[in-house]
Amino acid sequence: MSEQVMKRMNIRISGLGGQGAVTAAHLLAMAANKMGKYSISNPFFGAEKRMAPAESYARIGPEKIYDRGELVFPDVILIFHPQVITQQKSYTAPFYSGIKPGGLIIINTEQDLLEDEDHKRLEADGVVVYNFDATTLAMEIGGTELSTNMAMIGACAGMTHVVDLPALEAAVKDRFGKRYVASGGTATLDEAIKKKYAKKEQLLQKNNDTIKKAFEMSEEWGKTSSYAPAYYETA
Amino acid sequence: MNKKVEAQDRRILLSETVELGEKTNKGQTVTDPNVLFNEMEREASFLTGSEVIRAAIKRANLDVSVAYPITPQSEAAALIGELYAEGYVREYFRGESEFAVMGQCAGASFGGARVFTTTAGPGTLRAMENFPMWAGSRLPIQVCVTCRGINSPLSIQPDTLEMYYLLETGMLVWHAETAQDLYDWILGGFMVSEQPDVHLPLALCCDGFFVTHTKDTVMLQSDEYCIPAYDPYRSPVPCMDMECPPIRMMRDPFIMKSNYISYMTHASWQQEIHAAVERSRKHTLPIMNGSLIETENLDREILIVASGTAVSQGREAIRLLEEEEGIKVGLVKIKSIRPFPTEEIREATANAKTIFIPEFNIKGWLAREVKSILSNNERVIAGPHVAGGMTMPSEVIVDEIKKSLGVAGPRLESRG
Repeated sequence: MSEQVMKRMNIRISGLGGQGAVTAAHLLAMAANKMGKYSISNPFFGAEKRMAPAESYARIGPEKIYDRGELVFPDVILIFHPQVITQQKSYTAPFYSGIKPGGLIIINTEQDLLEDEDHKRLEADGVVVYNFDATTLAMEIGGTELSTNMAMIGACAGMTHVVDLPALEAAVKDRFGKRYVASGGTATLDEAIKKKYAKKEQLLQKNNDTIKKAFEMSEEWGKTSSYAPAYYETA
Repeated sequence: MNKKVEAQDRRILLSETVELGEKTNKGQTVTDPNVLFNEMEREASFLTGSEVIRAAIKRANLDVSVAYPITPQSEAAALIGELYAEGYVREYFRGESEFAVMGQCAGASFGGARVFTTTAGPGTLRAMENFPMWAGSRLPIQVCVTCRGINSPLSIQPDTLEMYYLLETGMLVWHAETAQDLYDWILGGFMVSEQPDVHLPLALCCDGFFVTHTKDTVMLQSDEYCIPAYDPYRSPVPCMDMECPPIRMMRDPFIMKSNYISYMTHASWQQEIHAAVERSRKHTLPIMNGSLIETENLDREILIVASGTAVSQGREAIRLLEEEEGIKVGLVKIKSIRPFPTEEIREATANAKTIFIPEFNIKGWLAREVKSILSNNERVIAGPHVAGGMTMPSEVIVDEIKKSLGVAGPRLESRG
């Protein structure tokens, strides 16, 4: 029987400080690691402050990954906040600079934010753009906009299948289920989100519910799009 | 000087007073590092570089660590504080500045303690006066330097220029490529630094963020084991003895006078420090898999020679060049910068027609170092370079190599 092996997928996450873009990349990479894939994740930001541009990267693949640092030529781009595009809170201009042909862009937005020219350029390269209202979903299911990052990784996994739901669930449990040492800013946000829930189990459950719903919605939407991740042809 | 030392079956030498199998107050078993490093089973963990520093220090039987916050080492320093709270580190406190921290580390080390600290970028430069003082005083302190930009305007991102300042301080200077190197070399570093014929500080450098903040797979031994404690009686100079060198040199009138004997005393002590750096080679081999360099496919006409993260980017560039262009390129990874693997690099590059040296700093100090030891050094292409915290995509190395071969390719779209 032939086995399909997904090629290296390089995911660039552009968001604003405080949205959990760094945590999102760590979760995707941890999930991949739990599935036995190779993965690396790292953040890229200036001095830590809320609403300033922040990026993170997850690289996932079937062989050992050495590449690190800023991801200049991504296969997948996740935009966590409309301001990344509308106020150019991005390390790149345009925000999709470097996207590989046949790539995927998921934008957290209620409405289309791209100019006609952007649509034309991206279509010419076979890049699929998926407008996904992650914050509204996070409010509805997670009960807080702080779960936006969960909705976005759910959407990423639903469209690409680079990681599956059980692996994401295990990664969330690892990250929030025990004490975690991070920088001051991240620690403050961790405390903030923990206070929103009566119990830690509830936090884990709500986050997982958000991921699952986003996964399902995106998987469904994916069926209507031309996007397909790259696989190795194996005999 | 600069003689290659063969690996043979070198083992890590231990203090004769070490009691292997003893339990520490945390119940860890004191273990022969030859066994711990090479024979003991390891399990895969998925950790950031900062967490890896914590993991290594937990097994390092550490006496003292002094902390001062500066990105990107702050998390590691905080995590060592956790180990202190748990009882794995005997003394831990926050210094007043990097300069103070390194002075406090010296005090602890003079007192016979095993000492570890971390710093980065401007912190390394602020502390600089202390590094040759450590070396001159033969203090085997380990400082993990998580490299970042040093210039104004401020950059917290990786840039290896600060390593250039460390090269002639008399410290050992190693450059870790990955979190695994970092883990293995923190533990191994103590074993090399503390040898009586070395007994020098180690600057264990890694690239900030690319190593410290990147989650990667690292193989760790069980934390029920640790390396033997530091034995201060292996010091080649007496502890805090005001009547003996090197302290006496600082105090005695004869050395402070302007006369030949005083210059001679200083000069010979400097020679001894740098000779001790050279003597560390034989002790370093068991830590670094038998060589100060790692090589792949040396029969190829084009080689990438690099250290730190630039090696990783080079590995990916080699994969891309082979997959997409059919161009075959070999690799030399330099693990130790001081002592410098002169003979090893000469041998490894003997057949190379073109040598690329990608670096994360603006001036290309590693290329200078390599050029200074090679004949036909017009073979060396100093680059590509990035600086100020820029990433070096492997595609940029690919592009540089293709350009030199006259192979046309699409122009790379740059960022920002």
